Amino acid sequence: MFKRSDQDSRRPVHIVVDGAAVAAREGDTVSAALLASGRDVRRATAVSGAPRLPYCMMGVCFDCLVTIDGVGNRQGCLVPVAEGMQIEIQKGKREIGR
Amino acid sequence: MNGTPKRDNYDVVVIGAGPAGLAAAATVAEAGLSTLLLDENAGAGGQVWRAITSTPVTERDRLGADYWAGANLVEAVRSSGAEIIQRATVWSLDRNLEVGVSVGGASSFVKARRAILATGALERPFPIPGWTLPGVMTAGAAQTMLKSSGLVPDGRTVIAGQGPLLWLLAAQILRLGGRIDRILDTTERRNYFAALPHAFAFATSPYFAKGLALMREVRAKVPVVTGVSELAAAGDGQLATVTYKAGSRRETIPAELLLLHQGVVPNVNLAMAAAIEHRWDDVQLCWSPVLDHDGNTSVDGIAIAGDGAGIGGAESAIVRGRIAARAAVEALAPASAAKLAPMATYRASLAKAERGRAFLDTLFRPARQFRIPSGDTIVCRCEEVTAKDILDAVAIGATGPNQLKAYRRSGMGPCQGRLCGLTVTELMAQARGKTPQEIGYYRLRAPVKPITLAELAAVPKTESDVQAVVRG
Repeated sequence: MFKRSDQDSRRPVHIVVDGAAVAAREGDTVSAALLASGRDVRRATAVSGAPRLPYCMMGVCFDCLVTIDGVGNRQGCLVPVAEGMQIEIQKGKREIGR
Repeated sequence: MNGTPKRDNYDVVVIGAGPAGLAAAATVAEAGLSTLLLDENAGAGGQVWRAITSTPVTERDRLGADYWAGANLVEAVRSSGAEIIQRATVWSLDRNLEVGVSVGGASSFVKARRAILATGALERPFPIPGWTLPGVMTAGAAQTMLKSSGLVPDGRTVIAGQGPLLWLLAAQILRLGGRIDRILDTTERRNYFAALPHAFAFATSPYFAKGLALMREVRAKVPVVTGVSELAAAGDGQLATVTYKAGSRRETIPAELLLLHQGVVPNVNLAMAAAIEHRWDDVQLCWSPVLDHDGNTSVDGIAIAGDGAGIGGAESAIVRGRIAARAAVEALAPASAAKLAPMATYRASLAKAERGRAFLDTLFRPARQFRIPSGDTIVCRCEEVTAKDILDAVAIGATGPNQLKAYRRSGMGPCQGRLCGLTVTELMAQARGKTPQEIGYYRLRAPVKPITLAELAAVPKTESDVQAVVRG
């Protein structure tokens, strides 16, 4: 869906998405890194379980909700990636306690 | 740049670090007032100058001169003495000018003598069939990824809608080697006639030459279909096709990515939650705050600048930021106002920056069928409420957006009405034969962004806070 520009010479940052290693770049948000990964990163909504991907990428639509380092319902489009960050694609509601 | 506020009170707290917020913060700080600038993103710049200090797109002609123009203002704020906190989410503002802000999962309150809201705009909802499918995004979303991560579309891509941003985005995607298969222009033909009286002002504004050049650049490389009057996205769990009607011709084309855009509207959530009076704007078809000519709102001490005060674009936002800032300096430290440019200079700049706006507003006024959906089209993305659900609720007595919450939960999901509010107002107004002003909007309250109960509970409390809620 998206490819990286050949102008992009930013440092790689390694994150883990549902147990798999993904190479992001320094300054990517979690959502941008997920969309650039080529993986199926569709979440499932809390109401009907419908598949969704980020819509606005600027913090207003909440379709980028994702579990980051064990904390659910984070807005992936507002959180920059960090080395070793653990991402889980959130299927449905946030679970109590995480 | 990160971390919690250093003090618990400031002369001026500016919320949002786009053009208006940067200009406002730089101006009040340069006048010597203690200034706190809070911004939700990882870097300053807002949407129009997003990632200006970190973008991987370093060849300057790719993003264009208007983008790089923001660098000076970012630098000016950094050297102004203003305290800047990025990744700070403001979730509360009240008439006592107490600002609730979350940074790194911990919240605190700061007190302002004056607050300047520069929370900008968001893209107008574009509720067509299938707009919640993975693969349908806003044009702004694609531009955000392009600026901050150098990402461009590489599969079958359709851009649909209207307005200046759409052409700028298309040009930027093409310059970076991205793919666009087709542009579907939804501008209504009759708008060209309606906009004619404003054409002279527009033709003598800087928008004119820039707009023409962008459209020429894009049209040379991408097929453009004009007069698109119907639009739908379809696919099984993922966008597969886009269907449109232009004139009498209907066509379905395969697509992996559909980018939608029909202009921007003020981001009103924080201002409305602070109980600032808003009115329906019949030209821009959105809610705008009621302001005096310095940007002051109906709540004492709170001003609004930039697109959050009504859409005016980046140039206008900068000037409105300076006007609100000067007014704050005049109120708090009149002697220091002499250090700033006279108000008359700002007002002349504003008139210049607003030249051509009436033309753009009229030409790109979004068509009714793209604002007010019907049938099974989702209106509230969070709670998955359709147009039919809402009309059914009206039929059994729902009178306005707030009562509708009790029927359908629309507007009660995490986005707090940002993606459905305008649609709900206009849909209910049409169904009930009322004006949008009469129908009204969701009653917004803090927290305007979700925070956890644990975070709220951990906010330091005074003895009187505890007494206020302890029984006996």
